[in-house]
Amino acid sequence: MKNIVIIGGGIAGVETACALAEGGNHVTIIERDDKLGGKLNQWYCLFPDFKKSTQVLDYIKNRIKNFDIELKLKSTVEKVEPNGDGYFIHTGNVRYAADAVVLAVGYDLFDATRKEELGYKIYDNVFTQADIEAKFRSGDLNTTFGKAPERIAIVHCVGSRDEKCHNMYCSKVCCVTGVKQAIEIAKFLPKTEIFCFYMDLRMYDKHFEELYRSAQEHHNIQFIRGRVSEVSATPDQRLSIKTEDTLSGRPMKMKLDMIILLAGMEAKKNTRQVARLFDVETEESGFLRSQDFHLGAGILSRKGIFAAGACISPMSIKETIENARSTAMQVNQYLKTL
Amino acid sequence: MDFGYTTLETRSIDYDKFDRKLIEYLLQYEPSLLVCMACGGCTATCSAGNLVDFNIRRIQLMVKRGETDTLKAEIDKCMLCGKCMLICPRGVNLRNVVMLIKKKLSIDSGQLATKNNIK
Amino acid sequence: MFSDYFYYPFLIGTIFLFVVVIGRFVKWFMGLSKIDKIRVRIGLFSMKTLQSVWESVREGLLHHNIFKTNKMLGYMHMSLAFGWFLLIVVGHIETSCYHGSMFFPFQHSIFFRYYVTEPTDFPGHAFFNYAMEILLFFVLSGVMLAYFKRFRSKTFGMKRTTRMRYGDRIGLTALWLIFPVRFLCETFTAGVYHNGSPIFNGIGDAFASVGDLNPWLNPLWLTYSVVLGVFFVAMPFTRYMHIPAEINLIFLRNWGVTLKERRVNTFTLAEVYSCSRCGICIDACQLNLAGIKNSQSVYVLKNIRNKNLTDEVLFNCLLCGKCQEACPVGIDVNKLRITQRIETTKQYNSSYDYLKTGKTRQADIVYFAGCMTHLTPSIKQSMLKILDHAGENYWFMDENKAPCCGRPLMLAGQYDAAQKLIDTNTKMILESGAKRLLVNCPICYKVFKEDYQLPGVEVLHHSEYILDLVKQGRLDVNPSDLRAVYHDPCELGRGSHIYEQPRELLNTALTLVPMAREREKALCCGGSLANTKISMAERDVLAGKAMEEFATYAPDLVVTSCPLCKKTFAKVDSLPVKDLAEVVAGAVERKV
Repeated sequence: MKNIVIIGGGIAGVETACALAEGGNHVTIIERDDKLGGKLNQWYCLFPDFKKSTQVLDYIKNRIKNFDIELKLKSTVEKVEPNGDGYFIHTGNVRYAADAVVLAVGYDLFDATRKEELGYKIYDNVFTQADIEAKFRSGDLNTTFGKAPERIAIVHCVGSRDEKCHNMYCSKVCCVTGVKQAIEIAKFLPKTEIFCFYMDLRMYDKHFEELYRSAQEHHNIQFIRGRVSEVSATPDQRLSIKTEDTLSGRPMKMKLDMIILLAGMEAKKNTRQVARLFDVETEESGFLRSQDFHLGAGILSRKGIFAAGACISPMSIKETIENARSTAMQVNQYLKTL
Repeated sequence: MDFGYTTLETRSIDYDKFDRKLIEYLLQYEPSLLVCMACGGCTATCSAGNLVDFNIRRIQLMVKRGETDTLKAEIDKCMLCGKCMLICPRGVNLRNVVMLIKKKLSIDSGQLATKNNIK
Repeated sequence: MFSDYFYYPFLIGTIFLFVVVIGRFVKWFMGLSKIDKIRVRIGLFSMKTLQSVWESVREGLLHHNIFKTNKMLGYMHMSLAFGWFLLIVVGHIETSCYHGSMFFPFQHSIFFRYYVTEPTDFPGHAFFNYAMEILLFFVLSGVMLAYFKRFRSKTFGMKRTTRMRYGDRIGLTALWLIFPVRFLCETFTAGVYHNGSPIFNGIGDAFASVGDLNPWLNPLWLTYSVVLGVFFVAMPFTRYMHIPAEINLIFLRNWGVTLKERRVNTFTLAEVYSCSRCGICIDACQLNLAGIKNSQSVYVLKNIRNKNLTDEVLFNCLLCGKCQEACPVGIDVNKLRITQRIETTKQYNSSYDYLKTGKTRQADIVYFAGCMTHLTPSIKQSMLKILDHAGENYWFMDENKAPCCGRPLMLAGQYDAAQKLIDTNTKMILESGAKRLLVNCPICYKVFKEDYQLPGVEVLHHSEYILDLVKQGRLDVNPSDLRAVYHDPCELGRGSHIYEQPRELLNTALTLVPMAREREKALCCGGSLANTKISMAERDVLAGKAMEEFATYAPDLVVTSCPLCKKTFAKVDSLPVKDLAEVVAGAVERKV
């Protein structure tokens, strides 16, 4: 029986762990938090089918029960030592021997205060999509002044595709997240006007485009092609944004009650540290560098170290689960060569 | 902004015909102009655009398409405050683009002796 | 036995040099404006002239300012300049004593050992022998350092040394040869005639023991004359013109002649020719960090002189003023660069016919946030909070729309265009009847302070204004135990000499950690609007390096007082960056 250590107990980590345990390996998950599921715990429901995030979380929790997976919660890796073909992983005063390691450390949501001009944590009623998910869960979509918002702007590409944040890449799932949230809000508050301010709408996966069309067709959500440059407060406690309606070629101002910033997915602040610890390469963006984009997304630059999930690149829950399974296969293939 | 909508001639852009001298000049000295993705952030934040009909994003696009009939009057509206540069998600150095357009138009109109620093 | 015409190359060189230098000085004087000419005439018979003489000795000979920057470099310049000067003066006195008269052909003092080979015993003979030889050793030590610096500039604590043109190489070679050749002339002559002190006689004897020195004397003295002549002829066309030009500049400057920002005149040349290309400005320049190595002040001065300045070089400068602070000659490089920018862009200034004065409101104080502040709303909100807290009757002039202050245009040389914006804003500010104009952007501050005519209106940077509020007891600041470093914005610090008010204010709210490079030596954030050529990636390098330096002081946050600096540093995302308005607004809030 081979020993495998998984770093991170989010969706990617748990799914990889289960897939590997299914193959008869001894798997350990080291998770910093006190529970499994990672960022998904903060979400309310998922695109494109509005599946409740709890359903995916339940699937994960039930699936892990089937296997004898060792859980090491509230722990972080302190040291990594080579051990023959494998490694010793030190956490606290415990040492794990691992024939293979899977890094599934996940992502960070872009800290929207870094885009100061958008007024996050400066003005009332400027939220991120994560704040809105929390609002969905609490069932309260009112503004901080306790009123139902009459008009909401959803701002795409906050902290992604932006040289000003050193994030040149597209975080890809935000577009559809925005459309999903717009529809959810529209269902909840049918009288509210909702605008999405986008640079390009990237409806890349199955059913996404239909979701976009449905947002227009059934919920009267308006899409304005322009990047929001400035947010300011108006004397009547509302918000005002400046953008350009690029399709008509004219600057545009709009008063609003709520702004939702679609903060991009970033490599975790400590992904670089983790990479140094395991001596694997990262990309300029901070995400882990796959050995091959097409043939080995989960294979990293050092033998026996693999990656799964959003620490490789931004991805949706569906892709994360697929990616976790594919990484598990790659780990298995590798273990056979030992 | 008036880019000649009032004339009766066809308004299609004839990509095979236009004079590329200006855009080539701009790209030579400010290659970052290439990477604009037309998000409009610059125009939205523009101090001059707040006071008058002025669209810097559209100007750069029109230059790339060789539509330069009203360029002189348009580019002169820029106050060079630099907000566009601070907002641009692609890091286009628009202030240099503006200065270069003004300079090139000035050279072409014969106001500026070509030997004066045109290197 | 000696050929008697060997000194002609020297003589021709010297006459040529004097004619050209005097000619240039006259031309520069004639090119000055009327008012500057009057300044010179008045200044000529004032204490300023004496002061200039002293300054010329201090800077032109002793190189006191270079000593301050770098002792080794200072010694090198001092030994060459002061040593040579003393050689001429002491040599002249020696010759006067020998002749017993002040009147003799002036090449006699230069080639004294050539002419006086017979035993003589004029008063002080032995003293002069020793003095001249020791002085020559003193100069030679400087020459040796100069050799060394050319090949190993790092020894001097300098990272870089200036690149040279062909003509400069001729001048440099001649200069490097003068004193070693003189040394050989005098020791060889001493070897034959024993006309030196025991030191040179001894060295001469040592040379003589190798072979007959007699045939060498003529060629050597001729060579000495030729290298002197070549150097003097080359001097006006090489960087060594800085020797007379710097003296000239010291006098003109002390008499009150300055570079007018709006025009290029011959004072530009007086400054340009005063540059010794010592290279101190290159080391002071942060652009090096981003690999920009052709636009430092020394190169611009050189380009102006050689008439090959390009926009790519001229505009690739942050105008941060660090090199100006470091320049030992005190050349006003920022103004010099701006005048060049005015000159090269004057054909395409905008007219801004669309500008209209908007609605004004009567108020005691006008708050002008400035373009950049609209992209840093936390500064804006903090300012409004402070104004509200102080209970001011204020008018937020550019809350919705207002023209830019004009400074960014001026930094690009567009003075005529900027004037249109200045006129519009001036009208609006005066119409409001306010007595104070409050700005939180140093770029705006500098132009409002220096280029706006606002009679009866006091222009205040927010660091001054908030400090006043605190001193008057109108704002209670609750101190915290945070440690911060304060970054001096270029336009506020070196640009407007406001260093103390921000620090005094911040000390009421937190603990400021002093840094090695602050105040006059503060770094530039890299975001400066003055540079229209630098790329974003290059700006990021400058900002990143500055933040790295801040981080070595392990502060909890970086505080600055400029929205552009804040935004530039915040992009680095390594330490929290705040404007001092935010710090104060936060500290006030905690108490309330």
